Formats: sequence, structure tokens, C-alpha cells
Amino acid sequence: MPTVTRRQTLAMGAGAFVAAVLAGRVPVQAQTDTLTIAFNVNLPSFDPTVGTSAVNPTIQAIYRSIFDQYVGQKPDLSFEPGLLTDWGWNDDRTQVWMDVREGVTWHDGTPFTPADVVWSLERAAKPETGNPIQFVWSKIGNFQVDGNRITADVLSFEPTLFKWMAFLTGYVLPKDYYERVGAEGFEAAPIGTGPYMVDAYEGNSFLRLKANADYWGGKPAFETVIFKFVTDATSRVAEIESGSSDITLEVPYEEYDRLVAKDGLDGVATPISDIGMIFIRNTEPMLDENVRLAAHHAIDKQAIVDRLLRGYGVPISTLEAPEYDAFDPSIEVAHDPEKAAELLAQSGYGPDNPVRFTIQTTRGFKPKDYEMIQAIVGMWRRIGIEAEIEVYEIAKHFELRAGHALAPAAFYNWGNAIGDPTTSTGFAMFGPSPHSSWKTDDVDAMIGPLWGEADEEKRIQGWKDVSRYVAEKGYVIPVLQYVQPIVFKDTLNVTPNVSGALEPTLVERAS
Amino acid sequence: MSLAAVLRRLATAAVTLFGVAVVVFVLLRVAPGDPIAMMIGPGASEADIAALRARYGLDQGLVTQFFIWLQGLIAGDLGTSISLRSDVLGLLGQRLPATLELAGAALVVALLVGGTIAILGTLARRSPGEAVVDGANGLLLAVPDFIWALAFVLVFAVFIPVFPLTGRMDPTIDMDFATRFFLLESLVRAEFAVFGNIVSHMTMPVLALALPLAAIVARVLKGALIEAMGQDYVLLARLKGKSELRLVLQEALRNALPATLALTGVQFTFLVGGTVIIERIFAYPGIGNMAIDAVINRDLPLIQGIVLAFGAMFIAINLAVDLAVAALNPRLRHG
Repeated sequence: MPTVTRRQTLAMGAGAFVAAVLAGRVPVQAQTDTLTIAFNVNLPSFDPTVGTSAVNPTIQAIYRSIFDQYVGQKPDLSFEPGLLTDWGWNDDRTQVWMDVREGVTWHDGTPFTPADVVWSLERAAKPETGNPIQFVWSKIGNFQVDGNRITADVLSFEPTLFKWMAFLTGYVLPKDYYERVGAEGFEAAPIGTGPYMVDAYEGNSFLRLKANADYWGGKPAFETVIFKFVTDATSRVAEIESGSSDITLEVPYEEYDRLVAKDGLDGVATPISDIGMIFIRNTEPMLDENVRLAAHHAIDKQAIVDRLLRGYGVPISTLEAPEYDAFDPSIEVAHDPEKAAELLAQSGYGPDNPVRFTIQTTRGFKPKDYEMIQAIVGMWRRIGIEAEIEVYEIAKHFELRAGHALAPAAFYNWGNAIGDPTTSTGFAMFGPSPHSSWKTDDVDAMIGPLWGEADEEKRIQGWKDVSRYVAEKGYVIPVLQYVQPIVFKDTLNVTPNVSGALEPTLVERAS
Repeated sequence: MSLAAVLRRLATAAVTLFGVAVVVFVLLRVAPGDPIAMMIGPGASEADIAALRARYGLDQGLVTQFFIWLQGLIAGDLGTSISLRSDVLGLLGQRLPATLELAGAALVVALLVGGTIAILGTLARRSPGEAVVDGANGLLLAVPDFIWALAFVLVFAVFIPVFPLTGRMDPTIDMDFATRFFLLESLVRAEFAVFGNIVSHMTMPVLALALPLAAIVARVLKGALIEAMGQDYVLLARLKGKSELRLVLQEALRNALPATLALTGVQFTFLVGGTVIIERIFAYPGIGNMAIDAVINRDLPLIQGIVLAFGAMFIAINLAVDLAVAALNPRLRHG
């Protein structure tokens, strides 16, 4: 019998180990029917209607892959039929009606019915479920089902009700399945009616989806979609550059320019429904209109976009981006340092006697956020504003904002994927909103009647008037609309989504 | 170490953990950032915010909150994660094995690399080769783990794509694991392709974590080996004709190990701490990666659970090191 020495055993063991590693390092297979996305955020929860993830616009890309919304939304933010094929109000706005799509099945094969829609809306309206948009869903009730038509009473008129049906928490969940498996069971094995079904999930690592062959909107382009949760931007760059992922987003603009110049890679960078703005709080020295307006006129937004963001950004003067319903191009707060200096002089301030306040900003939360504020502080200094920069974490920002305790100026970003002015100017400027920083009666008096305005044309014009008034008074400093960089293999075509949600259904193979 | 001594250490560990729990609880409550402020909807009223605060028990006084949490802790209930909406203990059970495998593998690599460098340095002492070995070791020591990580990403994932960059294993692999120790389980079940895939995913994070520790191991072990090589028993063995390599391995190493092990234990806790940033860079699904999300979301129950888990790990590591040192050192073993 041949003997094996200890040294030989060790050598064989080492050889086997190396062979296993080498076998393992080779990608399983370059599958053309698989789309791998290096995604920038983790998925904390599968329930799209509760918790912090429900209000994260980026994560909607995943939710919209698994679930369907009541109302669909096109990449340009316009609306289209979703699980509701038609919807509307009665003449006196006391009732809503919704026609439910027929022939749809849940991922477990059971039929989707109007009862699912009613249950989802009723659940969303209950405060105890913790739906952050409950204030919208609670405005209808007393549902009646007749065939595939649902009617409900309007408990309080909400003009944006149907728009919210295409946005945060506006998802239909499976009544029978959810009631059978409970919240924990649903988290473990979620089902929807969406184009993709959950196949495998590893928190902080990846989500694997497989195509829903029976999808009512047609079979998806890819058999498998893998979301890799790569929260570090450097690692996302490496993922796409090494070919490990097919597509990624939110990489630094410098890297975007470098990557799209490489063979085999392509990219799109388009404005999305996310803006950078400086909140102004109604406290000294911001109670002085001259100071507020001087601070706004002193900022050269185009220079910031060009020099810090490599041209990737759109300067804005109001909280309404060009894609939003209440955008008014005639409202412009121009870069005018001379005027800014004059305004300050009227209040007795100047370079020799500067007005002083603190400006808060995040650092690294949004592209070049800190650098932008540094540049703005430099522009201010030239005209007689000495601002001290205070860096805070995003959690601190939320805490201060909810407690109406932000610094006199505070930089933050603000999304509005339904494009309605209530979600941008409305919640950012209305005093009673926990998210506003400028709280004064004059603005509230203008905004108040608009919440329930039934005449859509009048409502939108009303919001434009609010935007003009806010700009004239300098109650907020909108800086820019962000541009979202997406890099992908040149074997793909990607339709950019103004909402910023990188949905797999917007990706297809290049012909 | 006697059984009584071990029990004494365990009792001390329990007190230490309690101290950690108190400190973490208080620090988190006074630290900036309110988890409720991060989840309130745009149209939320004061009443809505109050209801949300009550839902997560944050409407109670600090002392009441602490005793409710402590009660749960004693009953084995660490609460429910605010952001992940799952039982904290269950989440730790899911993620901790990944971190333990990563840290454990890094420790093994650190000991192997550090040990090799120390032995090479000892063999090359008082020769030009010693400067080369010391220089290389100095480089390993000077570069922190996250810089190694970024360098590996650049070299082994982009320029020469040898290893996969992110994750614990390829997302296309389908294997029903009975445990969360994927590396060990795939090896035990002889699933070598899966095992190899996991090892290849772990290679860069393991090396990034291991190299700085390897340098420390090398420095301490080399010093201890050189000291041991001057002892009479080594001289005697040399006179018997043993080669330098055998002298190091068979005579000096055993006596040089206790001091090295003791220091390695302390340094290993730093390595475990380093998993937080390394797991983030490599999108590795351990508790370090989860910890960063928990902090960003101000998920108080989850942060508390993670810190307690880290605390328990550090205590266990130090206890294990003390036991190992005692086992290797007869004077300690017999009190």
C-alpha cells in the first residue's frame, strides 16, 4: 500500500484549495439574459408601504419591479394606466371611481381582484400601519365594489390623490396572501403583480429577481435581474469598469466622464426630480428681507454647475424644476452681485461690516454638497456676508428640521417624483408642515386654500403665484436641479427616468 | 487557567457587557439624530409624529425606555429594528456568521503571513535580507486596512480582474444552506465549487483586514524568536547539528508564541472593528455593513444590538486568548 507523507498531504490539500478558489473565481457564466445592476442603496424592507424605505425615491426602482402601482408613471413623469385602467372624480368631487385591470395574477398564480385594491387603500389609510403617506390615503373611504369598478367617498378633498397613486407607498399588495402569511411572512417571501418576481435575497448584498412570464404588460426583457447593493461609489465604479455589473448609477461626475469615454461603456446623464436648495429659517438675521435676497442674488449657480459639477446640473430659481406642473420660467432670481451688495448696504452691511450667520450642510451625502457651500460662502464673503459652515449628518438635519431648529441657512436636497407643487413648494414652504423651515403667516395664507382647490388650472396658477412670492421675498434659495449619471455596457439601451428610479424595465438590449 | 478563574472571567464579562449596554443606550439617546424625524411623511401632523414616536416606544422617559430594553435583553429580546422591521436578534444571527467567517479567515491569514515574515526575518537576522524583510513588514504596518482594500479593488478587480469585487458569493448560485456559515458549510458538504466561489469573494476583504495584523504579528513574533534563539536550550540544539530553520520551528517558536498570541488577541479586536468599513467597500453582508446602515437610519435597537454583539465578541476573543496563552505557558497553566 503506497504511503503518503505529511508533506505530500499538505501539498495535495493546498493544491485542492487553490483549484477550488480558481474554479470559484471564474464567473458562473456570462448570461445575456441576466441584467446585473450595481445599485447605490440597500433594500431594508420588501413592504413598499411602511418604514423609512417606503419614502426613499431610489428604492422605488426595486419596488416597481416587484409590485405594481395603482397608477403607472412614464419616465417623463406623466401618468399612465397601472393596476387601475381608468380613474376619476365625480362632478362635485364627493366621490372617486377606479376601474381595476382584469386578467392580472399575483406571483403565486392567484388572481388579482378589486378586493386587493380596496384592502391596500384601507390598510394604507390606517395610522397604526405606519404608512408615511397615510395623510393622503385617509382622505377616501367607504369603498364599494361593482364588478371591476371601485367607488369611494371623498372624506376630504385631496387634488393630488391619483398622483400619489403613482408615487411613494402607492402600491397594491395581495390581500389574501398578506393576511395568511402576516408581515414577517411577507418580508420573507413577498409577492406582487410586477414584471419581476423575488427569487433570492441577501440583505446588504444582493436581490435576484426572475421574469414574470405572465406579466400583464408583456414579458420583461431579461430573464434575471440582479441588484447588487454596492453603497460605496468607488466600488460601483469598479463594478462597471471590471464588467462585473452591466449598469450602475450615481457615480462621481469625474468618473462618469472617464467611464463613458471607454470602449464598451456608454452613459446617460439627465436632470431628475431632485433639487439642491438652501432652507432659510425665519430667525435673525434672515428676518431682514435685504439679507435674504442679497444671499440669493450673490450666488452664481451656473458657475457652481460648470466648475464643481462639470456641467451636470440645472440652475433653478424656484422649487419647481422644469419637468414639474407648476414650473414658471418667467420667475428668475438672477446672479447679480452688485444688486446683492446694494441690498446689504441698505441694511447697513458690507465687506467691512458683514452680516454673520451659520449655514449647515451635509458632506458627501449629495455630489459636491460641501464644496458647493464652500463656493457659495466665498461668493457671499465678497459682498459682505460672513457665513460659518457647520457640517451635519443627514439624521441631524431631519431632527433639526422637524424641530424647527435648523440654522438660519441649511443646504439640503428635495425630491418630487410626481411633479406636483404640493410636494415641492407646498411641503417645503407651508408653516404647519414638519419639513418647512420658513414659517410665516403670509406664505401660509397663500398656500392654505390651494390644498383643497378643485379647479386644477386655478390650483396650478396658485402655486406659481406662491413660487413668485417666495422668490421675491427670498424665503428659500433653490440652487440647482441634480443630474443623475448612469453608466452601462454599450450592449444595452437605457431610458433615463426623471423620477431617478433606475427600473430594469427601462433597460433593454441594444439592437 | 482553572475553572474558577474562567468562571470569574465570565462573571466579569457579564458586568462589562452590562456596562457596555448602559453606555451605548445613554450615548445613543444623547447623540444627534432622531429616527422618527427620518420617517415622517410630508403631510404629517403633530399628532401623527406623536403616534409614530409612541409606536416605537420613544415617547417614554429615558429611564423607562432603558428598563423596558433591559427587560427584553434579559429575556433574550433585543427589540425590533426600526429600518429593517425585523427582530434584532434574528438579524444578528443572520449577519454575524458572515463577519465571523471573514474575521476568522483574516486572522488565519494574518498568522500565516505574519508568522512567515517573522521566521524569514529571524533566519535573515544580521544579514542584508533582514532589512528587506523589515522594510516589507514596515510597509504592511504603515498602510491601513481600507487603503489596502481600495488598492486591491483597483489592482485585482479593475486592472487585472482576478477576484470578484462585491458580495459574499455569486448571486446566481443556488444552494440551500442549513446554517449561515456558508464557507464552513460548503466545505463540510464538499460543495467545492461553491466553497471556491466564496473564498474568491473573500480574498480581497480578507487580505485587506489581514495584512496590517500580519505586520504586527511579524514584528512581535520576530522579536520573541530572536530573543529565544539566544537561549541556552537553542544553543544546545544548535550544537547537536540542527539547521537554523529547525531551530526556529522546533525550539524557539513554542516559547515565542505566548507573547505573540496575547498581543494578537488584542489586535484581533481592532481587526473585527475594521470589518465595518471593509464590509462596506466590498458590499459584504456582515454586521459591519449593517451597522453603517443602522447608524445612518438612527436605528437605535439595531445599533444597540450590534454594539452588544461586538462587545461580546471582544470579550470572547480576549478570554480565548487568555486560555490559549495559559495552555501554552506551563507557569500560567499551573497558577
